[in-house]
Amino acid sequence: MPGDVSALQLLLSGDPALLAIVRLSLIVSLSAVVFGGLIGVPFGAAVALTRFPGREAVIVILNALMGLPPVVVGLAVYLLLSRSGPLGSWGLLFTPQAMIVAQTVLIAPIIAALARQTVEDLWSEYRDELAAMDVGPLGRIATLIWDGRFSLVTALLAGFGRAAAEVGAVLIVGGNIDGFTRTMTTAIALETSKGDLPLAIGLGLVLIAIVVVVNAAAWGLRRAGERLAG
Amino acid sequence: MRAPVTDLPIVLEDVSFSAGGVTILDRISLVLVAGSPTVLIGPNGAGKTTLLRLVMGLIAPTRGRVTWGGREQASPTHRAIVFQRPAMLRRSAAGNIRYALAAAGVPRARRAAHALALGALVGLTGLERRPARKLSGGEQQRLALARALAKEPQLLLLDEPTASLDPAATKAIEDVIRKVAASGIKVVMSTHDLGEAKRLAGEIVLVHRGRVIESGAAETFFAAPKTIEARRFIAGELLV
Ligand SMILES: Nc1ncnc2c1ncn2[C@@H]1O[C@H](COP(=O)(O)OP(=O)(O)O)[C@@H](O)[C@H]1O
Ligand SMILES: [Mg+2]
Repeated sequence: MPGDVSALQLLLSGDPALLAIVRLSLIVSLSAVVFGGLIGVPFGAAVALTRFPGREAVIVILNALMGLPPVVVGLAVYLLLSRSGPLGSWGLLFTPQAMIVAQTVLIAPIIAALARQTVEDLWSEYRDELAAMDVGPLGRIATLIWDGRFSLVTALLAGFGRAAAEVGAVLIVGGNIDGFTRTMTTAIALETSKGDLPLAIGLGLVLIAIVVVVNAAAWGLRRAGERLAG
Repeated sequence: MRAPVTDLPIVLEDVSFSAGGVTILDRISLVLVAGSPTVLIGPNGAGKTTLLRLVMGLIAPTRGRVTWGGREQASPTHRAIVFQRPAMLRRSAAGNIRYALAAAGVPRARRAAHALALGALVGLTGLERRPARKLSGGEQQRLALARALAKEPQLLLLDEPTASLDPAATKAIEDVIRKVAASGIKVVMSTHDLGEAKRLAGEIVLVHRGRVIESGAAETFFAAPKTIEARRFIAGELLV
């Protein structure tokens, strides 16, 4: 397969177009993880630690949103950001920022749902001890987040994996503009349809490598957590 | 640091506790004073754990009232509890003790040395760096004791501290309890083990079906029980 050879050549030669695409993908997905984490972890912790009417429904919806189809998220964010949409005046459509927004919407529920589970399990285990030690509300939250840190980072990695691999949302709100909003996944889709297999395969390999590294990191964290904290 | 205010005596006046429509504790009146350990005995399901949680202030009575040194505030600054199955924080053994010290307001600079001393007191020397959750049942129980002692309580509540431990581990725990009691801390503990009650109690409270059946000095209780239930319990019959 000559395609393989040229894909490898592209990778090894550090092809600038390819590197730019990889870079943008990482920036978008990592930003989405940061924002998704800033929203998802506190939200998940809040749901875990409070009782309010409709809480069960919130949990069911949160869990359901984990399986949200990226294209639907893309469509919703598109409608929000399009010129005639409620946030149209921000002029974000077809920019990397729009892609970050879409991926944040996509993965915040994943992070929130996993964080909720983590914090709630830990809380049911810790609550009597922390009450007996007279630990205040802020101290409790800090303790639960710190002691659940390995699981919480795993949740962030799960969010990153989903963001990095999805194509629907970034395609719709980013527009796959060459050199501006083209990510690994949208480039692969485009190049494959054009028949330019070396670039598509090269990007595919990078994407697989990233997914492998993320999963290895999640695995390593879990092991480290067990070793350090039991 | 021990504040001048005291939690003792703890007075339960006509205290009842119900949950889910079931009366778990039924009109209990009890006074816990400073001195030798008070041991709550009674079969499983008698209400011992619920009673300890009330005394700790973790739950509020549905009827009657509990006062600590005459005060009704429930903040557990001067009392500590070791639960029957203590939860181990996901930290090292020493980390667990340091956490309790921090919660008790001990300045950071003094925590490490203090944690080491508390670990030694309960016989955990050499295990400080082990993850708490990897310790054996008896070691976890002793770690929970060290954690409870971190706030220098006036009152230490222990819920079946030796249940499910083998004789060696039981002896280790009982030795620490004796040391603690000798240091002037009031110990209130539960057990369904008659032998343990005899070994440790200065005062006995027999709980059965949510009521205090009989209470008094341990010597009197074992030598001249007043109630049928107490006589049967001491004779080793099953109270059901
Ligand atoms: N929160 C609760 N809701 C309903 N029943 C409870 C609750 N807590 C305890 N019980 C019941 O109250 C009884 C006494 O429990 P407990 O205090 O744990 O007894 P002991 O510690 O003597 O074994 C048991 O029958 C138990 O099932
Ligand atoms: Mg019990």
